[in-house]
Amino acid sequence: MIDHLNRPATAVFVAFFVFVSLLGFVAARWKRGDLNDLHEWGLGGRRFGSVISWFLIGGDLYTAYTVIAVPSVVYAIGAYGFFAIPYTILIYPLLYVVFPKLWAVTHRHGYLTAGDYVYGRYGNRWLEGAVAFTGILATMPYIALQLIGMERVIKALGFAAEGWMAHLPLGVAFILLALYTYKSGLRAPAMIAFVKDIMIYIVVIAAIVIIPAELGGYGAIFDAAGAVLDQKSIASGGKIVAGLTLAPVQIAPFITLAIGSAMALFMYPHAVTGILSASGGRAIRANAITLPAYSIALILIALMGYMAHAAGIKTDDPQDAVPQLFLKMFPDWFAGFAFASIAIGALVPAAIMSIGAANTFARNLWKPLVNPTIDPRNEAALAKFMSLLVKVGALLVILFMPTRFALDLQLLGGIWMIQVFPAIVCGLFSRRFSGTGLLAGWVIGMGLGTYLAWGPIAWTPLHRLFGLDMLGLYNGLIALAANLGVAFVVSVLLPQDEQEGVLISNG
Amino acid sequence: MKFLIFILLPCFLAISVPLYNRIEPRLFGFPLFYWYLLLLVPLGSLCLYIYDRGRDHDRPSE
Repeated sequence: MIDHLNRPATAVFVAFFVFVSLLGFVAARWKRGDLNDLHEWGLGGRRFGSVISWFLIGGDLYTAYTVIAVPSVVYAIGAYGFFAIPYTILIYPLLYVVFPKLWAVTHRHGYLTAGDYVYGRYGNRWLEGAVAFTGILATMPYIALQLIGMERVIKALGFAAEGWMAHLPLGVAFILLALYTYKSGLRAPAMIAFVKDIMIYIVVIAAIVIIPAELGGYGAIFDAAGAVLDQKSIASGGKIVAGLTLAPVQIAPFITLAIGSAMALFMYPHAVTGILSASGGRAIRANAITLPAYSIALILIALMGYMAHAAGIKTDDPQDAVPQLFLKMFPDWFAGFAFASIAIGALVPAAIMSIGAANTFARNLWKPLVNPTIDPRNEAALAKFMSLLVKVGALLVILFMPTRFALDLQLLGGIWMIQVFPAIVCGLFSRRFSGTGLLAGWVIGMGLGTYLAWGPIAWTPLHRLFGLDMLGLYNGLIALAANLGVAFVVSVLLPQDEQEGVLISNG
Repeated sequence: MKFLIFILLPCFLAISVPLYNRIEPRLFGFPLFYWYLLLLVPLGSLCLYIYDRGRDHDRPSE
């Protein structure tokens, strides 16, 4: 099982992994607070200034999944994989405009989650439940995907085993993650994110300097990749559309995936958690301006998909392209360092995601439905316990579900997540929508989105409107349009009864 | 409000795919599609920064 292990790479990998795990436990002492309080455990006491928020939100957005998945799509079909870039350009104006407002309202009323806000705003328990349910549902496959990224690099280290033993290293990594998240809460990923980012930037800088120098410059890399992709298109007889630029049929999907993913991103519980832990609107706005630095790194990482072609890497599974590129172009110890940065890059979001989902479960499902009189101490204990359970759920997704299916689930996750956008964002800027209307819109959006994604073989993220090839649109956006339409009409027919809720001002 | 253009401009440039969906002209070996996106990222930052400054002037009290 360890005969083929790349020993220098594995040694470096394990050393860094142990180091950040220790850091995760030590983090409990950092910016000291009572960790039996959900506000302290789950939001770091809301004391993270611009710099810490930068690492935390950045760690949330640019994950191991991005580092493995985006270049793998670029490797497989080229320019289409770059939809991730316009997507990250769209998210920052959204972050700037929406979240300082949401932070101010949640801070004033002591809300910890999106569900808290929705209940406070509309006084509708069903809508709160819908928002919480959607968040938890969409988070599980997302955490699972982080683990797939981690498993890829462990595989690249040469660890080969059968059956459940194959998942042993992942299981160990996972138990460590679960334990220090349980102990330190949001402080752990915040602290680890520093290390992770420094490592990722070292890897990216090394890759963009050394690899092109060895392969004859960027012009040669693009030419080589273009030739491979063109040949792929021709060989497939038009079934695979690949190239350095987008084919006409790819343009509408490219645009709608970018817009839809951007609208869905900040609705995830972990994104809300990361943003609400900031010390104020000022910190959030400063981050909207400075976070795009990560997008530069993302573009360069995505280009590794092309570098793999230029380096002559041939693999049936595109997700192995980047790990193989590192093994081919770098000394073993540096490949180990790069793999460690990817694996640690999976730990940070996995921890924040499980905390976000756990906060949401404790406050917006358990408390209102099971035990309305739960005291804050028990509420925090419940959330800590749930953070373990969510991770076990994600681990089960990995163990028992084929990877291909998990990837499709992630796309479905975005389609679902975007359906709470009206409930959260419209409420901040408009009084036209009622809780009942938004709930009706959510039901229609979830139903339509799931229906459209339900393909004969697998889940599909796109739907050809009117059967036209040129109008392939992201299901999430089509369902969101229906959601908004229904929400608006029902809100006009059944306006908010001021008595029914605890309508708060947004000022 | 007059600074709203700085919020909308990067969004517009990001989704105007036909504008940049081509190979030529190249820059340092990068096809247009790629160096356009590489430049758009700092431009987006700059736009938000300008908007932020303008906003401070509008509401000096915050």
